[in-house]
Amino acid sequence: MTSPSLTPGAANFWMEQKPSVEPGEPVPPAAPTLSPEDYLTAYRNMLLIRRFEEKAGQLYGMGYIGGFCHLYIGQEAVVTGMMMAKKDGDQVITSYRDHGHMLVVGMDPKGVMAELTGRQSGYSKGKGGSMHMFSVEKGFYGGHGIVGTPAPLGSGIAFANKYRGNDNVCSTFFGEGAANQGQVYESFNMASLWKLPVIYIIENNHYAMGTSVERASAQAKELHHRGMAFGIPGREVDGMDVAAVRAAGEEALAYVRDGNGPIILEMQTYRYRGHSMSDPAKYRTREEVQDMRQHHDPIELVHKRLTDLGRAEDELKVIDKDIRAIVNEAAQFAQDEPQPDAGELWTDVVATKG
Amino acid sequence: MPTDILMPALSPTMEEGTLAKWHVHEGDTVQTGDVIAEIETDKATMEVEAIEDGIIQSILVPEGTEHVPVNQPIAVLQLEDDDVPAEGGPAVATPQPDVEPAQAAPISSGQAVSTEQPAPDFGEIQPEVETAPAGPQAAPAEPTAAPEVPPGTETVDITVREALRDAMAEEMRRDGDVFVMGEEVAEYQGAYKVTQGLLEEFGDRRVIDTPITEYGFAGIGVGAAFAGLRPIVEFMTWNFALQAIDHIINSAAKTLYMSGGQMHCSIVFRGPNGAAARVAAQHSQDFSSVYAQVPGLKVIAPYSAADAKGLLKAAIRENTPVVFLENEILYGQTFPVPKLDDFVLPIGKARIARPGRDVTLVSYSRGLAYTIDAAERLSEEGIDAEVVDLRTLRPLDIETVLASVRKTNRIVTIEEGWPVCSVGSEICAQVTAQAFDYLDAPPLKITGADVPMPYAANLEKLALPSVELVVSAAKSVCYREDAA
Repeated sequence: MTSPSLTPGAANFWMEQKPSVEPGEPVPPAAPTLSPEDYLTAYRNMLLIRRFEEKAGQLYGMGYIGGFCHLYIGQEAVVTGMMMAKKDGDQVITSYRDHGHMLVVGMDPKGVMAELTGRQSGYSKGKGGSMHMFSVEKGFYGGHGIVGTPAPLGSGIAFANKYRGNDNVCSTFFGEGAANQGQVYESFNMASLWKLPVIYIIENNHYAMGTSVERASAQAKELHHRGMAFGIPGREVDGMDVAAVRAAGEEALAYVRDGNGPIILEMQTYRYRGHSMSDPAKYRTREEVQDMRQHHDPIELVHKRLTDLGRAEDELKVIDKDIRAIVNEAAQFAQDEPQPDAGELWTDVVATKG
Repeated sequence: MPTDILMPALSPTMEEGTLAKWHVHEGDTVQTGDVIAEIETDKATMEVEAIEDGIIQSILVPEGTEHVPVNQPIAVLQLEDDDVPAEGGPAVATPQPDVEPAQAAPISSGQAVSTEQPAPDFGEIQPEVETAPAGPQAAPAEPTAAPEVPPGTETVDITVREALRDAMAEEMRRDGDVFVMGEEVAEYQGAYKVTQGLLEEFGDRRVIDTPITEYGFAGIGVGAAFAGLRPIVEFMTWNFALQAIDHIINSAAKTLYMSGGQMHCSIVFRGPNGAAARVAAQHSQDFSSVYAQVPGLKVIAPYSAADAKGLLKAAIRENTPVVFLENEILYGQTFPVPKLDDFVLPIGKARIARPGRDVTLVSYSRGLAYTIDAAERLSEEGIDAEVVDLRTLRPLDIETVLASVRKTNRIVTIEEGWPVCSVGSEICAQVTAQAFDYLDAPPLKITGADVPMPYAANLEKLALPSVELVVSAAKSVCYREDAA
C-alpha cells in the first residue's frame, strides 16, 4: 500500500529547507567584544562557577561529597559565553561535568550544592548527585553520566522543538572524548537530515580522562570539522575568551534558529583540575597546567578587560565578595540540610499517573 | 494436464496474504520465470514467478482477495508437456518458503492442524481462526475473566498486527504529542506492517522513517520525551535494540529517579521480541527477563489482540517508559477484540485465560499458545489446568499467580526465553517464598534451551518449549504416573 504523496525524494516535514534561508556556511562573527555590563555579568557568572567548584573540591576532601565529582575549573568561559547568547526557552543539556552549566542557567547554588552532598533539598532530592541534576523550569535537561549520550538526547529535545514549531534551540554540550562516539555521528546524521535546531558544543579540554586528544582522535586539531561529511558547518572557538564564545554562540544560534539545521562549535578550553577527584594527574606536566592558569585563565582575561575599560578594582572586589558569600551560604546549607528521608528510596521509580 | 498453482509462503511467518495483482489472464501462455502475480505478505509485496511452462487455464482467486491462506490453490495451469509433472502434484509458485517442500503441504484452509505432528511446522501454533472448525485449538481462548470489558460487549475479530496499529492510530488521533519513529515505519508501511496506513493518516511529521541507527534514534526519542512529547519508538526487532539498550535503561528508565521526580520520560519502545522462525541466534532472543529486571520501566508482553490493543493504548498514555514486547508469529493471528470506542487495559494485571482446579500454568506472549493447547490436552486426560496470562512482566502481578497456586497447589511456568534468571525463575522463587505451605509439588519452569537459537528446523524445535513439554511438566507436578 502506498500513499499517493510518496514520491521518492519528495519534500518531507523533517527534511524540507525553510525557503527563505540560503543554506551554507554561517556568517563569521565580527571582532568579538562585549559591553562593560556584559563583561561584568560574565565575570560574575564565571567567578560563581570558579568559587563554587573550589568549594565543592573542599567539601569533597572533607567527605561531604562522595563518589564522582567532575570540576569545571578552567572551562568557565564556555558555558558562560554560550548562555549569554541564548534566549529564554532555549534548552541546555550536557554530560557529567555539569555544575557550571547549572549555575549559569540560573539554578540555585544551594540546591546544586545540596545535591552534591546528597541532601533532601538537592535538585534531585539527593538521589542524583553531581552528575544528575535537572531543571525543567530553567531549561536544563541534565546532567548525564554516560559519555556521548547528550548528543542524541539533545537532538531529541531539538526534534521536539521542530515538531512543535517553536523557535527554541537546544545547546548540546559534550567533551572531545565523546566526539569519537558512534552515537554522536548517528545524531549528526539525523540532525542534519531533519534540520534539527541543535548546536553541538564540543568542549575540547584536551584530555578524555587521562588520554590526550592527540592520542585518542584522528585529525585531533579539527574536531570542528567532524560534521563535514553530514553537511554540518563547524567553527573553532577560543573557549578561554568569553567574548569569543558569546559571539560564536550568537552566530550559531541565529544560523540554527533560521532553520538551517545543526552547527558544531569546538571550544578550545582546558581543565585545571583532574578528570574527577581521584585523578593521579600523571598524564600531563605541572608546568603545562601552570602555563594555562597564568597565561590563559578565562577569568583573569575578563578581569583585565574590565580594568582596561576603566572599571575600578574595588568594584570587582565587591563582586568577588558577593560570590564568596553566595558560595559559603550554599556550602553551609548543603551541610546543614538533612539527608533524604528513608522513604525516598522508593519514590520516583515510576511516574504517578496523569 | 492441469496443475494447481498454490498460494506461496513468502516469509517464514506468513500464514496468509493478499493477492494484490494478477499479471496474467486466463488463456495466457507463461514460461518458467514469468511474473504471474503480486502477493502482499505480512512483510512486503512480492512478485510470484511461474515455475512451469504452460497455459493459465483458470484463475481461482481474483485480484484484491485478502486473507488467502498459504497453499490454497490460486490458479490452474495447463502444462505444455504432459510428461513432466506427477498426476495431481501441486505446483507451488516460487519463491519457496524456507521449509522443505514436503512440509509446506499440511497447512491449508479450514484444516485444523494438530499440535501432535512432529514436523517443525511453522503453522502448528498458528490456528486459522477465521476458517478453522471448532476444536481444541481452533480459536484462542477468549478471556474468561475480563472485568475490564463490560458484559455483553460486542467483539470484532482482528489480528494482533491490526490491534497494535489501531491502538497507535487511536492514540495519535487523541493526542497530538504522540508520534511514531523507527526503521521502515512510514513509506514501507512497517517492516512487519504494524504501522500500515499511519503515514497516510498522520503524515510524515508524525510517522518518521529513521536511518538504521538504533542507538541514535532511541536517544532522540528519549530526548523528545524529556521535552514532553510521547514517542513510540519501533525497533524492527528487539534484537537490534541491544544497540539502544543504553538509552532504554540509562537514559529512559533511570532519569525520573535521578531527577528526584522532575524529569518524566513518556516513551514506548516496541517491536517483535523472541524467536520468530528459522532466523537463527542473532534474531531470536527473548529479552523479557532482561527488561523485567529494570526498575523504572514497565514491561508488557501481550498474547491476544485484545491485550495488545488495550495495553498498547495504556502504554502510550503512561508517564513511565514502557518496553512493549510483541511477537512476530502472533502478528498474523486473529482474536476477538472488544468493540469499544476507547478500550484501555490496566498495566500490571494478569488475566486468567482459562480457569481450572488442578494445576496453575503461567505464561505470557507466545508461550500462551503452547499453554492453552496443553491445557486442552490435559483436560482430555482429566487434569483441569488454570492458565494465567501474565500480560505485564513489570510490575509483575504475583498476587494473581499466588491466588491461583493457593487454589491448585501446583505450578508450571512456560516461556521461550533462556532458563537462567528467567521470568519463570522469579515466579517460582516468589511462589516458593509466599505460598510454600500451599504447594503439593515443587514448582517447575519450562523455558527455551540454554543455547543460542540454532537455525536447523529440527534443532530450533528442540530449543523451544512445546505442548508436549508443558503437558508432561503439568502431569509431573500432579504426580501422574504417565508423566514423561
